[in-house]
Amino acid sequence: MIVAERKPFEEIWNMISHYNRILVLGCGTCVTICWAGGEKEVGILASQLKIAGEKNNELIITESVPERQCEIEMIQELKDKEGNIDAILSMGCGAGVQTVAGIFTDIPVFPALNTTFLGMPEAEGLWVEMCSACGDCYLAYTGGICPVTRCGKGLLNGPCGGTRKGGKCEIDPEKDCAWVLIYRRLEKLSMLDLMEQYREPKNYRAVKRPGIIRATAR
Amino acid sequence: MKPVPFREVLEKKDFIVTVEVAPQKGTNTGKAISHINLLKDRVDALNVTDNQSSVMRYPSVGMCLLIKENGGEPVMQATCRDKNRLAIQADLLFASSRGINNVLCLTGDAIDVGDHTQAKPVFELDSVQLINLVNTLNSGKDMAGNELNGKTDFCIGASATPSSDPVEPQLLKFRKKVHQGISFVQTQAVYDIDELKRFIEYARKLDGGMKILAGIVPVISARMAEYMNANVPGIFVPDTLITELKNTPKGEGIKKGIEIAARFIRQIKDEKVCDGVHIMFIGREERIPEILEASGLWA
Repeated sequence: MIVAERKPFEEIWNMISHYNRILVLGCGTCVTICWAGGEKEVGILASQLKIAGEKNNELIITESVPERQCEIEMIQELKDKEGNIDAILSMGCGAGVQTVAGIFTDIPVFPALNTTFLGMPEAEGLWVEMCSACGDCYLAYTGGICPVTRCGKGLLNGPCGGTRKGGKCEIDPEKDCAWVLIYRRLEKLSMLDLMEQYREPKNYRAVKRPGIIRATAR
Repeated sequence: MKPVPFREVLEKKDFIVTVEVAPQKGTNTGKAISHINLLKDRVDALNVTDNQSSVMRYPSVGMCLLIKENGGEPVMQATCRDKNRLAIQADLLFASSRGINNVLCLTGDAIDVGDHTQAKPVFELDSVQLINLVNTLNSGKDMAGNELNGKTDFCIGASATPSSDPVEPQLLKFRKKVHQGISFVQTQAVYDIDELKRFIEYARKLDGGMKILAGIVPVISARMAEYMNANVPGIFVPDTLITELKNTPKGEGIKKGIEIAARFIRQIKDEKVCDGVHIMFIGREERIPEILEASGLWA
């Protein structure tokens, strides 16, 4: 899933404060699960905007949470609102914001979130990054633990010399060294030979950015 | 006096001594040159750090040139942190064309520990791949397989962390470096002779033919030792040394640190534990001669 965090209110307010009719648009998929842009968060942000703009008599805040902001059909359904709003504050991920902007061509669309990573919820209220969408998956060689993403330096041939005591990361002692995790897992699976193999420099153009995939058949 | 190429030193000398020097932040090269002149005839080579600790400085290749110009033998440290494969190869071609023939291949510290913490960390290659890359340039080709008009002739080195915990993943990576082909190893700072001996025994079995220089970083106070144990990855200062430092009168910490370092170097040399030492006393380069004198290495 895509994980995002809400921007500080002051930054959001600075973007949006001179508009009167604002649609706060959430998303019912990834950002709902990561507590950033679901129904509840849309309601909270709408309330904050109303309080901040209480002196503006013309301020009208409306709310909507389509199932997925990144699907044209689901956003198209909201198109008839365009004449009644001055700006959209999207609480979707970056893909959602841009889908909305592509459909609502006559009004500005602003992001209320910072999209941070592809990850998963590891515990209640804790999301961790798992995938960099690099287009060249290495998980077969690394015991299902991604070094491109979970090693702070994205190294492919083993840990750097910065591993801290007990197998923690140089960059953040709270985080595990991905290569120590990989070593232990491969050891347990009797697959350490995979880590012994030399990994060639990565093809950083496996996905030509900006990425496009065109299906040839379905 | 023309310096002996480091490659020859590695082949012929019984006990090899290298030291680390760090370029300044800025264009004034005066202090760097004074360090070079102080040390160049007393050691076999001078390592130059590459934006050490992710702090932006005068480049490694620049100070290596200063060493050449002043009659010393440089080891250029190259990290993967700041440059992609095009930039790294171009730098190596330039260095080689100017007679810099030794390169220590490192991953590089994390951007987060430095002074430009919003910079993009590159790490397009890792240290194993960098060693492979330098060997490729030495063979007359670039990384994309194109022929070079003039190949490099680098003597290639790598680092190792004998005191890491857990050490097994580090040793596995070290094996991969050795398999790619290296001529020398300069280890992270070591303080425990048994730990060093265990690592050397392990490394010798790999049969890579490389020379191993033990990393020496003088510890000048118990506080520094405790800080390093808690915060510097891959470093372990034993309690006996911490106690010795605690019992040192105020104001004599540096003297004590030098004495301990020299004692350790003598032990390594006398017991023929490994092929030499690599002394790192960053910020106190002018006191390195005292270590050399006290350990009997001041020729």
